[in-house]
Amino acid sequence: MTPFHLEVRNVRKSFGRKVLFDAVSFDVRLGESFAVTGKNGSGKSTLMKIICGVLTPNGGSVRYVVNDKEIPLSHVAPHIGLVSPYLNMYEEFTGEENLRLFAKIRGIGVRQDDIHGLLQRFGIFEHRNKEARFYSSGMKQRLKYCAALLHRPALLFLDEPTANLDDIGIAVVREVMREQRQRAALVFATNESEDLSFADRVLDLSRLKIG
Amino acid sequence: MVTPIPYQVFVKEVASEFRTRYALNALLMFVVTTLTMVVFSLGDNTVPYEILSGMLWIVIFFSAMSGLSRTFVTEEERGTSLTLRLLTSATNVYIGKFLYNVVLILAMSVFIAFAYRLIIDDFVVRSSSIFWTTIVLGGIGLAAASTILAAIIAKANTKGTLFPVLAFPVLLPLLLTCIRATVLSVEGAFFSEAFKDFQILVSFSVVMIAASVIVFEYVWND
Ligand SMILES: Nc1ncnc2c1ncn2[C@@H]1O[C@H](COP(=O)(O)OP(=O)(O)O)[C@@H](O)[C@H]1O
Ligand SMILES: [Mg+2]
Repeated sequence: MTPFHLEVRNVRKSFGRKVLFDAVSFDVRLGESFAVTGKNGSGKSTLMKIICGVLTPNGGSVRYVVNDKEIPLSHVAPHIGLVSPYLNMYEEFTGEENLRLFAKIRGIGVRQDDIHGLLQRFGIFEHRNKEARFYSSGMKQRLKYCAALLHRPALLFLDEPTANLDDIGIAVVREVMREQRQRAALVFATNESEDLSFADRVLDLSRLKIG
Repeated sequence: MVTPIPYQVFVKEVASEFRTRYALNALLMFVVTTLTMVVFSLGDNTVPYEILSGMLWIVIFFSAMSGLSRTFVTEEERGTSLTLRLLTSATNVYIGKFLYNVVLILAMSVFIAFAYRLIIDDFVVRSSSIFWTTIVLGGIGLAAASTILAAIIAKANTKGTLFPVLAFPVLLPLLLTCIRATVLSVEGAFFSEAFKDFQILVSFSVVMIAASVIVFEYVWND
């Protein structure tokens, strides 16, 4: 795995007058696992969106450095994967079509074997030709994992990693989290105390809260 | 083996349209209704060709508005805009969506133009080269303007109604030029006589696309 570095500095976000957080700073490097916690509405999901580059902060900076070279946020797509309740699949496409689409729009090539392997691992291989609108919420969550892992991202972001999953699904996710931490790097937002055992460092947004 | 990303976005739009028929259904219904209304309101009256040329563009304008406004609204409504933002840059999304709108609008305008000439006997085009050049250049201009407007409107709360209202002043110079060139095509003018109008149409599109690429980045990213 090539060395990389995610650098978050003094990130600030407010909606209208409501300030969610006003100076979030942390670093994530190869081989690390970073967790974000905090009560509902403390801004975990918002922070995850900001560091993935899909939401613009009101201040501060998010930088990705891969191989000592900074990558602009508009080009980090091939290096990151995200599983989030706010990330929806295209309902009119089948599970497998969604995965192909994701890879193509990310600008990377994938092999049929890799797609099928992931679908099998997450137990939705039999449903691969079903349109995503017919998936249950748990199946959708599993498909999101396939989409996030397909390109073997350097950084994997998980917002509520085990949401909507049954015991089997949770077991697979735990395995994925362990692997990702070893192979590359992991950032996740959670309220489950069990998840925190996967983290090297924890940021509690409720405590950080200012004003 | 990896093709350009804007093209992948374009392919996704086409595939999605074939599954959902979001835009096609709206378009087709609008085209059929407006054409029927035009035919009934004309009745047996002889109408000057200037008016007929104007009416052709009214049909094209409103049909385009009804279909093209959907491109970004569907992403917002279904919560897939975050997905697209995650997967690629704003510029790639813009180009892909714009290309899709160009294809959609050209198909629609060509269909309308054929139907219009077929249904309305008094509308006789004597210079086909001027006529079709106008349709193509006008269509590209319409697509350029409506792509960026659709992106802006998708973020607003009053999505549907706002679109034609915002689009009209922006598109007025384009429409007036198209109508003038269409009149020339009926009069059987030489191609060179319409050249000035074509220059205006091309400039409109170039300016619109250039401005859109810059503006879109801010509209698209929350
Ligand atoms: N687009 C938005 N506009 C206004 N307020 C928002 C928006 N997104 C999130 N919020 C608010 O920001 C706060 C934090 O939300 P979120 O990041 O989802 O929290 P968490 O994931 O920690 O539960 C909530 O109070 C929410 O209402
Ligand atoms: Mg959340």
